[in-house]
This record gives sequence, structure tokens and C-alpha cells, in this order.
Amino acid sequence: MTLQLTLSQLMNGLQLGVLLFLLAAGLTLVFGIMSFVNLAHGSLYMLGAYFGAAAFAKTESFLLALLAAVVGAGIVGLLLDRFALTKLYTRDHLDQVLATFGLILFFNELIRIIWGPGSIFMQVPDSLSQTVEIFGFSYPSYRFAIIGVGLLVALGLYLLIQKTRVGMLIRAGATHPHMVASLGVNIKWLNTLVFALGAALAGLAGVMAGPIVSVQPGMGEPVLILTLVVIIIGGLGSIRGAFFAALIVGVVDTLGRAFMPTIMRGIFERNTADAAGPAIASMLIYLLMALVLAFKPQGLFPTSAGATR
Amino acid sequence: MKLFPALIDWRAPRTLVAVVVLIAFAVLPFAVGSDGDFYVKFATRVLIYALAAIGLNFILGFGGMVSLGHAMYVMLGAYCVGIPMQHEIASGWAHLALALVLTAVLATVVGAVALRTTGIAFIMITLAFAQMLFFVAVSLKEYGGDDGLTIASRSNFGLFDIASNVSLYYLAFFAVLLALYLSWRAVLSPFGLILRGSKANTRRALALGHPVLRYQLVAYVLSALVCAVAGVLLANLTQFASPSYGAWTLSGELIVIVILGGLGTVFGPLVGAVCLLVLEEILPTLVEATFPDYKSNWMLLLGLFIFFVALLLKRGVFGSLRGGVK
Repeated sequence: MTLQLTLSQLMNGLQLGVLLFLLAAGLTLVFGIMSFVNLAHGSLYMLGAYFGAAAFAKTESFLLALLAAVVGAGIVGLLLDRFALTKLYTRDHLDQVLATFGLILFFNELIRIIWGPGSIFMQVPDSLSQTVEIFGFSYPSYRFAIIGVGLLVALGLYLLIQKTRVGMLIRAGATHPHMVASLGVNIKWLNTLVFALGAALAGLAGVMAGPIVSVQPGMGEPVLILTLVVIIIGGLGSIRGAFFAALIVGVVDTLGRAFMPTIMRGIFERNTADAAGPAIASMLIYLLMALVLAFKPQGLFPTSAGATR
Repeated sequence: MKLFPALIDWRAPRTLVAVVVLIAFAVLPFAVGSDGDFYVKFATRVLIYALAAIGLNFILGFGGMVSLGHAMYVMLGAYCVGIPMQHEIASGWAHLALALVLTAVLATVVGAVALRTTGIAFIMITLAFAQMLFFVAVSLKEYGGDDGLTIASRSNFGLFDIASNVSLYYLAFFAVLLALYLSWRAVLSPFGLILRGSKANTRRALALGHPVLRYQLVAYVLSALVCAVAGVLLANLTQFASPSYGAWTLSGELIVIVILGGLGTVFGPLVGAVCLLVLEEILPTLVEATFPDYKSNWMLLLGLFIFFVALLLKRGVFGSLRGGVK
């Protein structure tokens, strides 16, 4: 367990956390404002990865791939909101869970029909394929770029929500939707805007994850479950909570997977440790979530919207 | 004690459907004859899914607790057959006892933590616990890990032999009948009344002095036990136990079955299981007949179907019928 390894695992954890934040931000906003549970959020992430990979293969420009993923996922989100999900916003969570569960199956098969059942390969763009050296250790510059983009988006979201008129309406809509509507704001369009924004962020996460994970049907589900853990730990509806929880979950999960087997080997026999290590590593974040919920049922950063619904 | 907890309206559509379905299941092995093994096995699977859904419906339909993790109890039940079998403990009673004890312990712990939350957080925490157990099963390298565990022979229930598919079918049928009857009684009992009351208005139930949390926990554990029995039966049917029995998609499917049948009806889960599993069986053939190129993509239609069930079918197939109890 050298310092070098620890540092690079820490960076990997940050990078995962940043990706999770991109997903969690949209999901938690949609939940906070519309009280809508969208299990199909992972499908938007998958669509983003596919749009990006397809655009990258065609144009060989990573910027265009980013654009394709963000715009494509955003448009799919917009269409979903307008044509499929509006009726579900006022229904209870059970119907929402079920409907979006159906959508997951639908999108997975749609992807299989269009791009085939296997995984498709997406290359790291040439300009980011080297490693950079900081503090005497080297780290892939592509992963650095992910962290950078993620932090920039986080900053942008903060400014959007705290400093602009739209952001003010979003915040007001999260706590007092009826009041906002009765003041003459078209809350329907506000909802659509938030949903499309969340979808675009999911698409961004998908395309950036594309070169480091395998782009395949069903890639959205494991990430979705991690994202749900993040927004529960962070407190439903809270962007700030989603940010910190995403970083915590990313780091805990990555460090757990990297070091848990070694730690277990120090305590148990080799055989037991080898079997139990990875399992406990995968369980860590769920344990974390259970602990958080046991002590703070509303999450680390409760919002009034999450508290009442 | 009366046999039926309520007066039955024998001419109501719900009663007719329920009677027809039960009779159909009762005579099915005779109707398909000796070479209908496929149908008997398929119907057993329907019954086992129905059993698990009856368990889930008890808390989902009557208690308002949306658990997205009930497949973990099915998986636990299946492993309680598979693991002892590997150590050459073949007694079905031992398997059943092990499944019930372990499930009771696990469900009490999980329920105690999860019931601290409500609404969406409850959905997610049950999902999280199911994921944890899923990863535990994946890590059981000596018991097949990811690939699952093949079970050499079926559980040995002594006098009642389930080696033949038909006898296993009747065991599952009996279990479903028992679960239906017990959940019917439970729902109409004072216990069920408080459970349903806590769904309708938790605050009022609390204000009336009922320890709601305790009632919910007991209901949660009972429903988990039913799912564990379904798991024991499922392992016997497939002679296989694998982490995939605890996958969150199976938990989703169980919810689909409950909703499809009719949320908050005692008999709904059985109708829902018939509808969903028959659909899953005929959709691939149907798709193959119309679009031969896309025969492996029938899940697309299933996904749309589930979506529209959630959107349009508010009361479910069985729930839309007029009531059968006076």
C-alpha cells in the first residue's frame, strides 16, 4: 500500500464521485421539484454514452461527441417528459417506479436493436491520452479532465441555482410548487427544463465514462443504483448534498475495492479474505447508506421538499 | 371459528374469476396429460412467483410499504436449499426451517432499519439491502459465486415426496392456497385493520394509540417469510440457486405482478403472476412470428407493457372487477 497507489486510487475515487454527481444532480433536482422517482435516469446515461460513441466514431472529434451526447440525451429527456411522464408526476411513487422500470427494459432493448447486444469501444481522445505528473506521481490526463469538467459543472450548477432567476424559480418550485404556479410561472415548462437539464447531465456523464467503462446495453443500472445511494445519503432534492455524497460514495467505493481485500487479509486467513474482501468492498456503500439513514433518515443535507414527501 | 372471515358473494365477478382460476390450477396436471411436463413446470413457476407476490402484496397492498428488495428473501430461501444440499443435508424440513429462521432474523434487522424511513427512502433502502445480499451471494465462491449453484436433487420431505414434477406442482399449489387463505384472514383481522389503517393515515393510527411501527415490522417479517418459502420451492423447481434470484429486476417484477393483479386485493397476485408469466412466455413467439429479425428483442414490448400498466391500469386486472365479499 504505497503512497503512490493510495493517491491514484483517491483520484480514481474522486473521478467516480464526479461522474456520480453529474447523474445525481439531475435525479435529485427532478425528485426535489416534481417529487418524481426516475429509475430510467440510468438509461439516459447509457444513451449519452452511445450517442457520444457513435458521434466519435463518425467524426473523430471528441468535442462533437460531447455535444452529441449532451444534446441527444437532453432531447430524449425533453420528449420523455413531454409525452410520457407528465401524467406520472402527480401519481404516487409506486406507479413512478413501475413505469420507469418498464422504460429501462424498453431502452435496453432499443439499444440492442440499434447497436447490437455486444459492447462497443470508445477511444480516449488523442489530446488526452497521455499522463500528467503532479507531486511526483503520474495520472491519466483523461481522468483528470473528467474531474475538471465535473467540478466545473458543479460550479456552474451552483451559480445557476443560487444566482439566476431560473435558479430562484427552481428553488421556489422545490419547496412551494403551488405558490410558484399561482404567481404566474409556467411550472410545467420549469419541470420540463429541469428534466431536460438532468437528462443532459446524465448524457454528459455517459459520454465521459464511455472511454473508461464498456459501453453496452444495461450499463445504466449499476450506475443508477449507485446514484440512488448518493441522493439518499445526500438528502433528497439537495444539490449540495448530492455533491458531497457523490464524492464520499465515489471515494469509499473505490478505496474499498482497492484496499479491502488487503485489509481483510490482515485479519482473516487468506482464503476467507479473498472471498469476503470483494464482497465487503461492494457492500461498503450500502452499509454507509444504511448507517446514514439509521441516524439521519432525511440524509446528510435534508431539504424541506425531501422532508415532507 | 368460521371458515371464511367474510361473507362471500358467489355471483360477483371477482368470486367467479377466483374460483375459475383455482379450479384451473387444481386440474391442470390432469388436463395436460402425461407429456405436458413443460406446462406443469411452467405452471409451478407461475405459482411460485404468485406465492412471492402474495407475500409482497401483504406489505405493499395492505401496508403501503413499497419494498424494492423482496427478491433477496427469495434468493435466501433458494440458497437455504442449495447450500445444505451441497453438504448432503437433503431434508426438506431442515431446508424450510433454516430458510424461515434466517429470513426472520434478516427481515427483522432490515425492517427495523428500513422502517425508520418512509416513502422513497424506504424504497431505496430496501433496494440497498437487497444489493448487499446479492453481493454476498456473488462472493460465495465455494457455492458457485456468480455462476450459481446446481442442486443435485430435490429436498426430501419424508412422506411427501416431491421428486416428480406433478407432486412439486401440488406442493406449490397448496402453499399458494394456504398463503391466500392466511393473508385473507390476516387482512380482515384486527391486526390487518391496523396495518391498513396505518397505510391510509399513519398519523391517525398513531394518535389512536397503536404502535404502528411494531405492526409494520411484524407485517414486513411475515411477508419476507412467505417470499423465503417461495425461494425454497423455486430452488426445488429449477434445482439451481443463483444470485440472479436476488437481482433487483426480480424485485421489480414482483411489484409488477402485484400491481398487474390489483393492489390491495388478496387474490390479485395470483392473477398478476398468471398474466405476467404467460405474457413473458408468448411475447417471444409472437414477436418471432411477426418480426423474425427481432425475436430476441421481445423485452422491448414487455417494457412498454409495464409502462402502460403503471400509467393506465390503476386498479389492476383482478382489482377492476366488482368485489366478491359482502
